[in-house]
Amino acid sequence: MTQIDQQGRGGAATPPPLRILRKAASAGLAMMRPAAALAVALFCGTVLLGLNGFDGISVMIGMVFGVFQDMRSVSEVLLKAVPLILIGAGLCVAFRCRMWNIGAEGQFYAGAVAATFAGVSVEGLTAWLYVPLITLAGALGGAFWGGIAGYLKVRFQASEIVTTIMLNYIALIATSYLVTGPMKDAQAAYPQSARLFREAWIPNLIPGTRLHVGILVALVLALALYVFLYRSSAGYAMRVVGINPFAAAYAGIRTRGNMVAAMCISGGMAGLAGAFEVAGVTRRLYQSISPGYGFEGIAVALLAGNNPLGAILSGGLFAVLRSGAELMQITSQVPQVLVLVIQGIVILSVVAFAAIRWQPWRKG
Amino acid sequence: MTRQTLLRMENIHKSFGPLIVSAGVDLTIEEGEIHALLGENGAGKSVLMSILCGILSPNSGQIVYKGRPLALKSPREAMQQRIGMVHQHFMLVPNLTVAENYVLGQGWPLRVIRDMAQVHARIRELSARYGLDVRPDAVIEDLSVGEQQRVEILKALYHGVDLLILDEPTAVLTPQETGRLLDLMRGLVRDGKTVIFISHKLDEVMRASDRISVMRDCRVVHTTRVEDTSPRELARLMVGREVLMDLPRTPAVPGPVALDVEGLSCNNDLGLPALRNVSLQVRKGEIVGIAGVSGNGQTELALALAGLLPVASGRVRLAGDDITGASPASINARSFAHIPEDRHKMGILLPMSLAENAILHGFGRPPFARRGMLSRDAIATHARHLIRRFRVKTPDEAEPIGNLSGGNQQKLVVARELARNPDFILVSQLTRGIDIGAIEFILQEMLSQRDAGRAILLISTELEELFAICDRILVMFHGEILGELPPDRSRIEELGLMMAGQRPVSDPLRRDPAPAGLSAPA
Repeated sequence: MTQIDQQGRGGAATPPPLRILRKAASAGLAMMRPAAALAVALFCGTVLLGLNGFDGISVMIGMVFGVFQDMRSVSEVLLKAVPLILIGAGLCVAFRCRMWNIGAEGQFYAGAVAATFAGVSVEGLTAWLYVPLITLAGALGGAFWGGIAGYLKVRFQASEIVTTIMLNYIALIATSYLVTGPMKDAQAAYPQSARLFREAWIPNLIPGTRLHVGILVALVLALALYVFLYRSSAGYAMRVVGINPFAAAYAGIRTRGNMVAAMCISGGMAGLAGAFEVAGVTRRLYQSISPGYGFEGIAVALLAGNNPLGAILSGGLFAVLRSGAELMQITSQVPQVLVLVIQGIVILSVVAFAAIRWQPWRKG
Repeated sequence: MTRQTLLRMENIHKSFGPLIVSAGVDLTIEEGEIHALLGENGAGKSVLMSILCGILSPNSGQIVYKGRPLALKSPREAMQQRIGMVHQHFMLVPNLTVAENYVLGQGWPLRVIRDMAQVHARIRELSARYGLDVRPDAVIEDLSVGEQQRVEILKALYHGVDLLILDEPTAVLTPQETGRLLDLMRGLVRDGKTVIFISHKLDEVMRASDRISVMRDCRVVHTTRVEDTSPRELARLMVGREVLMDLPRTPAVPGPVALDVEGLSCNNDLGLPALRNVSLQVRKGEIVGIAGVSGNGQTELALALAGLLPVASGRVRLAGDDITGASPASINARSFAHIPEDRHKMGILLPMSLAENAILHGFGRPPFARRGMLSRDAIATHARHLIRRFRVKTPDEAEPIGNLSGGNQQKLVVARELARNPDFILVSQLTRGIDIGAIEFILQEMLSQRDAGRAILLISTELEELFAICDRILVMFHGEILGELPPDRSRIEELGLMMAGQRPVSDPLRRDPAPAGLSAPA
């Protein structure tokens, strides 16, 4: 799915019925892949639980039922889906432009820091002004952090894979420094920032739950990025750059500008996720505010086949798995390391299935 | 002097699916000779050599090496048979030293480390013996391209070779380094080695080799001793096509100058001079051809005109406006079209649909885009129009272009470029890799564009293509325009000579073969 098929088949005169069949098969396959990945992962997880003395099947079933038990647990899943959808959809854009942004985690932190800074420093704004302000601050913070890697790539040909990973560490350590030093809450014993002004909090969506309106923003933005990539001329140019930079240059498309822009868009989405986490969930900045959303976002984009609309589904799926893992730990006393191993298997299996190109009608 | 046969390749066939890359090749290599394999890009030289050193295995055919049948399954087995190859793109780890590169994959790591001093000594000894000037402790990435090549050659010698294959070794070298390499090849042969030397440069082949095999269309078409041939014969063998195309055409009616190039000089991507002081004019209503053996600056000429390669000096004017050093976007915005040399590298986006490929230039403007959004109906209509008009064989416009045959891909590129309604059309390798039917159709289309008053510059290595539609033919050699000829098939000898670097002379051509070891005037 993410692999770009570059093999010609030679001769295009396939009879129509066969073609429809082929297209249906390929569409079916596109849906099959994530499902198969999930099935394999759940099976491995069940076996692994069994080997460790748990009743694997009932733990798994308990997990699924637990996750969808009531409004509250469903809202928790959706809350986790917010950053995953935002980051995943953003990364789809970067990956379509062939910019391998591994730095969503750092961009998430950059956004969280920028949002916190905006959220604790200005007093007396109305919520109508304050919420958009810190949302924007988060997006800009993330876009800046992603843009650095983009600039280094086009200016010095520095691999964005390396620079984004490095920038992750810088963002993490800088956040630790800020919440233990300059931004630390004077009254608190733990390293954390002051609480954001109430006007800066992201409005709640369902009373009695923690779910905030960020979920709507995430859905709208995922749709918007899909429209951008596949329906706008700027998105077309970005995809051309990703498929073939030589052809892009030949067509007069500015390859460098598009590469930086793709990094800024994906960074901005991750930064926005960071802002929502601070202003919508924790209300404060902590040292490790992200439980690895930035890295999981890569798997979200991959499972979505680099399609922002697909990121809504795959982001939701990863949120279910994350909630289920927590539940497994609490209700079945499955040790945390085992939960982490199962999560790892899910991601590995998703990646492996995404890489398989099973096309029986194409030989050689 | 008769020599022993070292290697005989008989009736070698190789294909990848429908793509034939070796169509019954016969090749005989004698012991202790320098055998040049001459041919255009895509003639099948590299494939043949990949078969010989175990990277590819043939579908059918026989290889006899040192009197025994040879069936290699891997490059390692080729090494055991003392067959070594120096690839065009070096197979060296840049951040390791020379010695470390040589011992890669050679036995257990601990033993290799223990024996490192011996390795260094042996490298120094071999280096001194062949005058290669390779230091075992030098780090690869600190070395120049020429030095890296010597490291590669020494690597083959270090592992022990009787047959050394050099794949386009001079492509990356300066003239001085080339001279040094040719001397080295002589030294190797004196030492009892046999060398196969792949090239598409006539003068080097004439200078360096004992025997020459010319490849064309995935076959060896001719093998000869160097003293029995001439550069002009080789040039003809390399590029000549059997099929004669006679398209009906009227004499050109040249109008005002559309493209005016004055003293254009450029460097290639390695920083070596590729174009030297090129001047030419193309008028409306005429097709001007650029002939030449590939690698003589044609690629760079096309890139420079399209704004894709920086201009070192000179002027380019399009319809009177100076476009020297202008960006591709601003050149594209003019009445300009460009059919690039390599479809897959530049002209099309394989995974995208025909419709998306058809708007590569116009995607940002009406009717294809309004207020930043693509107009899907207008795009589909446009693509369907191009498909109908150029008879592109495809199920529909939503089909990924990578699923089409080369000829149909090229038809779409030509259709797209002509739809831009250009005054000047820059065309490179118009018919490379496409079938005869599509060739005729596309050439005919070019002629009607000419008759409609367009100016066309056609860069090609296919002489037949040039003869079929050009009104004037310019010959390029070593980045220079050597002269101009009318598209007269009877003067093909003269053309071949110029392609080999002979400057045109006014007196009648002498017909005797060139002396052995002739080197082309630089």
